Amino acid sequence: MSAVTQTGPLSAQTAPAPATVAGRVTQVRVVRSEWVKLRALRSTWYCALLAVVLIVGVGAAITGSGPPYTISAGNSAAGGVAVSLAGVVIAQLVLSVLGVLAFSGEYATGMIRATLAVVPSRLPVLWAKMIVVVGFVLPLSLLAAAAEFFVATALESSRGGSAISLTDPGVLREVVGAALYLAVIAVIGLALGALLRRTAAGLAVFAGVFFVVPIVTSYLPHAITGFVPYLPSNAGGDLWGAGKLFGGHQLGPWTGFAVLCGYAVVLTGLAAWRLRHRDA
Amino acid sequence: MIEIDGLTKRYGDKTAVDGLSFVVEPGVVTGFLGPNGAGKSTTMRLIAGLDRPTSGTVRVNGQHYPGCAAPMSELGILLDARSVHPGLSARNNLLALAWTAGIGRRRVDEVIELAGLADVAGTRAGGFSLGMGQRLGVAAALLGQPQTVVLDEPVNGLDPDGVRWIRELLKSLAEEGRTVLVSSHLMSEMAQTATRLVVLGRGRLISETSVEEFTGHATTGGILVRSPETARLSELLAATGVTVTDDGTDLLHVSGATAEQIGMAAWQAHLPVFELTPARASLEEAFMQVTQDSIEYHAGATR
Repeated sequence: MSAVTQTGPLSAQTAPAPATVAGRVTQVRVVRSEWVKLRALRSTWYCALLAVVLIVGVGAAITGSGPPYTISAGNSAAGGVAVSLAGVVIAQLVLSVLGVLAFSGEYATGMIRATLAVVPSRLPVLWAKMIVVVGFVLPLSLLAAAAEFFVATALESSRGGSAISLTDPGVLREVVGAALYLAVIAVIGLALGALLRRTAAGLAVFAGVFFVVPIVTSYLPHAITGFVPYLPSNAGGDLWGAGKLFGGHQLGPWTGFAVLCGYAVVLTGLAAWRLRHRDA
Repeated sequence: MIEIDGLTKRYGDKTAVDGLSFVVEPGVVTGFLGPNGAGKSTTMRLIAGLDRPTSGTVRVNGQHYPGCAAPMSELGILLDARSVHPGLSARNNLLALAWTAGIGRRRVDEVIELAGLADVAGTRAGGFSLGMGQRLGVAAALLGQPQTVVLDEPVNGLDPDGVRWIRELLKSLAEEGRTVLVSSHLMSEMAQTATRLVVLGRGRLISETSVEEFTGHATTGGILVRSPETARLSELLAATGVTVTDDGTDLLHVSGATAEQIGMAAWQAHLPVFELTPARASLEEAFMQVTQDSIEYHAGATR
């Protein structure tokens, strides 16, 4: 036994390296890994189902409850579509949960330690989560928004409202814009989850910024509300017509969307910095 | 191989690891010992790059681990705290880790089989017992067939069958030329599995040695003498000034004399002796002595 103790380390140095099956870490491989997690978690599918139900259900309920929508000088086709997309306002909360959980869930369960131990360069994990979250939320929201458009137009025509087509000015942009908006919302949720590491904290910040602040600012005196259009919900909402629902302060659809993306980029940058430089 | 040099880690004003330097060689099982709070788990987190050192360096197989191109071929780690997602099945937990290194389903199924998880591979890990969770963690550590394996308390919560599995696993990994660092509170388990030892106390290195040397240096020592004439032999030896403990059986415990001296004295007095055995301290006794000393030393030093 003592002979083995003496020669063990020496003989191992001259021996060839032991067999391994593991290859290099690549971004594509990490994306595949993250897709396994997102796809296999029940919370993903609960959030997805709830988001679709909210977008289609709330839209249908609002469309069906008011008087038939007739296009006139003050009522554009795009305005009618914006009303029918009102479910996006609530669905964004659900999809932000999906985004936050994609990161905070790993911290809550401890899986982050396993994840970062196999991808010790860390940042590929953030990019991979972003890719799978956008890759999941964007088509899902597009499907839901398109479904809602067809449900709403069918409802309107059945009760004698004006016919609205996807080719009417601004209509296609609002339907696609709702999906783009929700995809960016999920990215903001993801960045908050990575930055704050706690599900509750991430959701509190999201709800505060997207629901509480816009309401509070509507009570502020007019002189100091110049920043209100730049709030992420107001800026991004311009793309899918939220401004037509709640009135006022528009930056224009694509400028507003660019501002929303700016918030997402800044938050993602902060999340990347924290992930890279802080203890897991 | 793991090379740790001048490693220090502070969390706020608490120093978890303090100027630690040691080397874990490939080809043998190295036991990692220390009382609770000695810094073992922190050291393991630093090895895996999960925490950044305050100062000092860690090299895994000669490289800075976070910079490795193929991390899963370099290091497999089981951390003390749970690191699996309870909402994912055992298979999906492993698959998620495996894909990052391009490891396929066949290898995933292989480690599931190896860890004895075949029957529960499709079940959500949240429902697992401590032992099952532990098997899953070990399976994850083995997934990439890493050159270096680091396991924190792998036998924790395992049934006797699982304990034996770990013991044989560690030995076979070492025989394949891999580096194996394993911590455990079960000293008897460590004595059976490990050849080398790294002992920590209060974040500092107390000892880096072989199990044999470590227990050999412990001062319990003494010689066990078996004889049908214990009473006369004990009288004879006591007269020469050595300490003799007679527990009324045919065994004497003698300290202060060598086996040669005792044998010679008995032969000259024509007393039969059937056995002369140096009494080695157990690993547990040696560990208690050494860590006790370090704690007293540190308490004295800070006064």
